[in-house]
Formats: sequence, structure tokens, C-alpha cells
Amino acid sequence: MTSSLRIDNARLSGESGAVNLLVRDGLIRSMGRDVIRDPADLEIDASGLTLLPGFVDLCCNLREPGNGQKGNIASETRAAARGGFTTVCASPDTSPVNDSGAVTNLIRDVARTKSAVRVLPVGAATRGLAGELLSDMVGLASAGCVAFSNGNNAMANARILRRCMAYARTFDITLMLQPVNQALAADGYAHDGRVAARLGLLGVPEVAETAAVMEMLLLAEETGVRIHLGQLSCARSVGMVADARARGVAVTADVAMHQLLFTEEALSGFDSRYHVVPPLRRESDRKALLQGVEDGVIDAIVSQHQPHDTAAKQAPLGITEPGLSTVESVFSMGLSLVERGELTMNALLRALTEGPAAVIGWSAGIEQGAPASFSLWDLESQWQAHPDTMLSRGLHAPVSGQDLKGVAHWTVCEGQVAYRPG
Amino acid sequence: MTVSARLSAHDQASRHLQLTDEGQLRHFITLDGLDRAMLTDILDTADSFIEVGERTIKKVPLLRGRTVVNLFFESSTRTRSTFELAAKRLSADVLNLDINTSATSKGESLSDTLLNLEAMASDMFVVRHSQSGAPHFIAESVTPDVAIINAGDGRHAHPTQAMLDMLTIRQHKQRFEGLKVAIVGDILHSRVARSQIRALQTLGAEEVRLIAPGTLLPADVDSLGCTVEFDMTKGMADLDVVIMLRLQTERMEGALLPSEREFYRLYGLDSEKLALARPDCIVMHPGPINRGVEIESAVADGPQSVILNQVTNGIAIRMAVMSMAMSGQVAERATRTRQPGGAQ
Repeated sequence: MTSSLRIDNARLSGESGAVNLLVRDGLIRSMGRDVIRDPADLEIDASGLTLLPGFVDLCCNLREPGNGQKGNIASETRAAARGGFTTVCASPDTSPVNDSGAVTNLIRDVARTKSAVRVLPVGAATRGLAGELLSDMVGLASAGCVAFSNGNNAMANARILRRCMAYARTFDITLMLQPVNQALAADGYAHDGRVAARLGLLGVPEVAETAAVMEMLLLAEETGVRIHLGQLSCARSVGMVADARARGVAVTADVAMHQLLFTEEALSGFDSRYHVVPPLRRESDRKALLQGVEDGVIDAIVSQHQPHDTAAKQAPLGITEPGLSTVESVFSMGLSLVERGELTMNALLRALTEGPAAVIGWSAGIEQGAPASFSLWDLESQWQAHPDTMLSRGLHAPVSGQDLKGVAHWTVCEGQVAYRPG
Repeated sequence: MTVSARLSAHDQASRHLQLTDEGQLRHFITLDGLDRAMLTDILDTADSFIEVGERTIKKVPLLRGRTVVNLFFESSTRTRSTFELAAKRLSADVLNLDINTSATSKGESLSDTLLNLEAMASDMFVVRHSQSGAPHFIAESVTPDVAIINAGDGRHAHPTQAMLDMLTIRQHKQRFEGLKVAIVGDILHSRVARSQIRALQTLGAEEVRLIAPGTLLPADVDSLGCTVEFDMTKGMADLDVVIMLRLQTERMEGALLPSEREFYRLYGLDSEKLALARPDCIVMHPGPINRGVEIESAVADGPQSVILNQVTNGIAIRMAVMSMAMSGQVAERATRTRQPGGAQ
């Protein structure tokens, strides 16, 4: 345990001149241009490094309990800390599913002793994520679940969805929903477009998402529940969210970082890494999602981190498990978008900090009196997400073997060092 | 501009996967990335093997001492038999494995099954699999040193079927330039159609026309570079070749079609519809045919039908592809062993 920490000569993004920080008992005690002379347990010379608020991830699979071959809370939160995240929302699709207070408590207990960062469990909205019976949402919330989701699974029908929303509304609970109409998505695993046509891949049409978005927005408007639409993939979804928000629907939204970098073309060599749900779509969708982040219609960028053992990805494309191992490289991928002029640094940082924090009623930011959760980056140095160097158990990074800018030198979570290279 | 500069990234990757640095075939997985010269070479080689089939002793020693494993993860009678015959006429040792009924039902993964077979000194895998991209996966990630021949993968490709169809067309039309070819029926689910489209485009056909209802065409069908016609009576105009696809009867269950009867009335090839094409239009079908569902018996057995030629040509094409890929693999193995740090 480090009880005090001093940072000298850090740079804030977009500002010139150095800033100094003193952290004691997990909080930022002083911060400013003036040199701090108080001694501390740990003193960091941050010359040349940029100080950024700790990132908040609304969708991260930690695989514990139940999927130790893919990852666990210790391994995946270490990877998250390397990625600059100090808060991760743990998706409920563990084994067993997080649909009972016992599982929530288990996750929190393990996190307390083994996690490098703050883990916030997301409860299952329905029992077993089956989409048929409501889970004990109020009990789960008091055990520590910050929101409720149904994972990648759709509700059995619109009636269940409507009741789930009405119940959540009663208790001021936020629902995080991944919009998918399962009858339309069927067995598909690729965008139903030109690449699927050429390669004979089973397609998921755009309308499998947009029909669900429309249904969810109408039901949310009627029930008055607060909903968060997760991992949008279509341009039209962004437009519908903007319209709904304009008429007062309590809706927020996120997008996975890989949706901002890749399109359906990534599957043209049957590369199973890019088998993700929802599928990577067209260039026009990618552009609209980027614009949505820039405009703030999309509140957050998430990692949608899904670590897998190698066997899960070592098979013909259609029978591999979906998802990428991304949490270590999200920010570096974002920097590449900034460098190409596709996204501003302000929008990127907002979507990784205050945007997602607001969705779960938290705050993120570096100021006097706030929890000391931040990271220090060398934004110019390069690294590679490589199986030998990754901290996640999942080695299927989308950018494996490419030079990425942005190396985290320190990540501090509530005053404790969560990550330090070497 | 070099040839490779004109290829898309996907085609370049497919070319790189299938050809040696010297441009020899080493796997035969997809027609994507193979140029007209390569396809013509395959057709010419197949022509030379047709003569072998006409001899009393129908064998050549090109694959003597080589082991070919027919790996059928999906059942097939005709394709497997022609591959087996082709391998035997090339003097290879042939092992037939129906994986449906053996290893994978005991829980062994595809990779493990293949690595075990590779350890038995196999030189070539002929693979059929229900998943699109399975042969890509095997060639790239599992056993790159075994020549992989795609005998049909999911909805993706069936390149030997397409090439034997091209051989049949060339025998009857002597050329591809200027030809108008229609493919009729269930394009969406057809690996044969995808490979035929690519083969016809590479070989220079003037027009590839797809004739089907909207439920049996892929999304973004325009990206395939074909013309699309919903009305078969219009679509038959000026055709030199009409290729009928097999209709799986389970298509009714998924609400893709109302009934066989309605499909036959709208998209079945009968004498009246055939009369709308050019008088020398040939009729093809990859088989097995459903008489009265996609084709009338009188047409299937009629003078314009070349369906039985297709079967004969199947053996010659498979001999051509297997012998070419084997010689590319052998050449590459030799290069690798000469390189310092290569395999022992």
C-alpha cells in the first residue's frame, strides 16, 4: 500500500506547462503549477509524460467466475490497467451468470484482493441471461451491481423487454442493452454485405440492429426507463439515438473501439479474430459512428474486451467464438484515429472518461479532492500488442504485430499503483 | 502496372496463399487471386488427362508414392468418388475419411485431427467442410505444408466443380469471350455459383446473369459484378449457356420459397423457357438433379444438355489440379530445405 504519492512535471493533454500532484489516502490533495516539496512514499518524475484521467470501461469481460482458461479478474484487470483503465464494468455473462447476489459478492471479493482497478459488476437483467424471467434486480443492486444488461442475448420477446424496463424504472435502475433482433440475426456472424456475398458467409443484416434499436427506444420512451444502448454498429442506429434523445428519451450509447477502426473487409481472409458481435460493417457505418462519438451522441467508447483461449479462435470462422482481446490497446487504437484526423483528442478522452462515468453515475476527472485515478502516458513512443508481451490471457488483439503509439508508464487507481511496466 | 497491383487486397492474399513465390499452384482453395493464364493452364492440363481416361490402362505415375487423404466433413458421393478416381489414376495412395462419423464426434478438434493425419506423412488433403473458409483455415493455420484441395466449403467455393464446368463450356463453345451465361436458382446458398461467377469473369465471359427470386440471392448482390434478373422468361434472352443449380428442399421450411411447384413454374428450366435462349445454348447442372423441381426431364436428357459431359470432365479437372498443386508443394518443400534455418 502506498499512502502518499507525488507526481512532478506531468503534462495535461492540450495544455502547455507542467503540473504537479500530491496524492494522500487515495485522494488528490493538491494539484497545480507550483512545485510541491512535501515528501511522499513514492515520487514520480513525470517529465515528458501526459497525465490523463483514469478511463472507464462500460463493457469488459473478465471471465471470472467460470472461464479461467480465457482469463480471470487478476489477469484481465492488469491488462485493463495497462490500457489506462481504472474502472471496468464486469459483464454478467460469466459462468454462473451474475444473476444472484452470491455471484456479485464473489466478483467483488475477488476484485478486492486481486484486482488492479475498480471493478463494478453489471448484473444480469434476466435469470441466466435467458431473456425470459426477471432477475432480482433490486437485491443485485444492493449487492453492488451498477447497472443491468442481458449480455449479447436478446429478450425472448418485446413483452418481456417492456416489463423488464417498467420494473427497472420503478427502482431507478439503468439498463444496458445490446440491440439485436435475434430472429433477424439468426446464425449470422458477418455483416450481410459485399464480403459475405463474395465469401459465402452467413450474414447479420443491418436491420437486425436497427429494428431492435427502434423497439427499445419506443419502449423506453413509454416506460420512462433509463437505457444505455451498447456496441452500436450501424449509421442508422446513431441517427435514431440522436432523434430519441432530442425528444427527451433517457438514452445513452456506446461503441466498441474496433468498430471505429475496422469494417467488413477485415473478414475477407476469413480472419477469425474479426468475428465480433455485432459484426464489423461498412465504411459508411464506421464514419457515422466516429461522427457520433465526435458529436457526443455516442457517450462512450468501450473495449468490449473478450479474451479467449487459443482453441476458441482456432477453427473455421463460422464456428469460432466472437470477440477481440482489446483492453490493452483501446487507447492506442484511439490515438491512431486522432493521428489520422478521424477523431479529435477531446472526443476520444471524453468517450473514455466523463462520458462512460456519467452513464453509471460516477465521475472521472483530475481535480483537487477527487479520487486519484489516472495514468501517465508517453504518447509518442510505440509498442506492439504481441502474444509474448500482452498481459491479457486472450492473445487475439486486433492490431497484433502493428506499431501502436501510446505507452502507459504508470496507472494509478485510487492512489495505488495499478500498473507499471517491466 | 504489374498484375498484382491490379488485384484487390483480398485477391492478393488469396494469390499469396495458393501460389509459390514462382507462381506455381501449391493449394487449390478458391479461384480468387488466380489469373486467366492459371485457369487456362488448368483447363489445358485437364484436356491432356481426358486422353488418359480413354486408355485401357488409365494410370499415370505423377503422384506415385504420394498419400492423398480425402477428408469429407460433409457427406458426398459423387465429388468424393471422382477425387478418389482422379488420385488413383495419378497413382497416389488414397485414404478416405468421413469425419462426420469418426474423430469429431469423439470431441477431437479439427486442428488435432489434421495434425494427426499430417503426422502420417500425408501429402495432400482434399477437404469438404460445411463451414465457409475451412480450407483457408487449414492451409493458413494448421498444416501449411500439406497441399489443400477445396472440395467444397460451406457457401464459399467449390473451385474444382467450377473448373470442370468451364472445361465443359470450352469444349462446346471453344472460347469464353462474348459468352452470355446465366446461373439460375439458389445462388444464396451455392458455393458452386460463387466459384462459377469468378471463373467466368476471370476467363472473360461477356455477361454473367443471375436469375433467382430475391430470397435466394445474397445481400449486396450487385457487388458480385453480375446482372440480376428476377423474371426467367426475360433472363433467357440471348443466352449461350444456362447453368441450373440444385434446389435443396429444406428451402421451403425457412420461408425462402412457397412451394416446389411455384418454384418450378417460375424458375424451372422447361422446353418453353429453353426455347427463349439462343438455339445453340447448352444446359448445365452440377448435379444431382431434381427432375421436375429445377429442370424438366426432357431438357435434362435433351440434345442441348451437357450434364453427363460434366461428370466425365470432373475426373480430368481433379487430376489436373491435384498434379499441379502437388508439384508446387514439392518444389516449395525443396526450396525450404535448401534455405538455412528452413525445415530439416
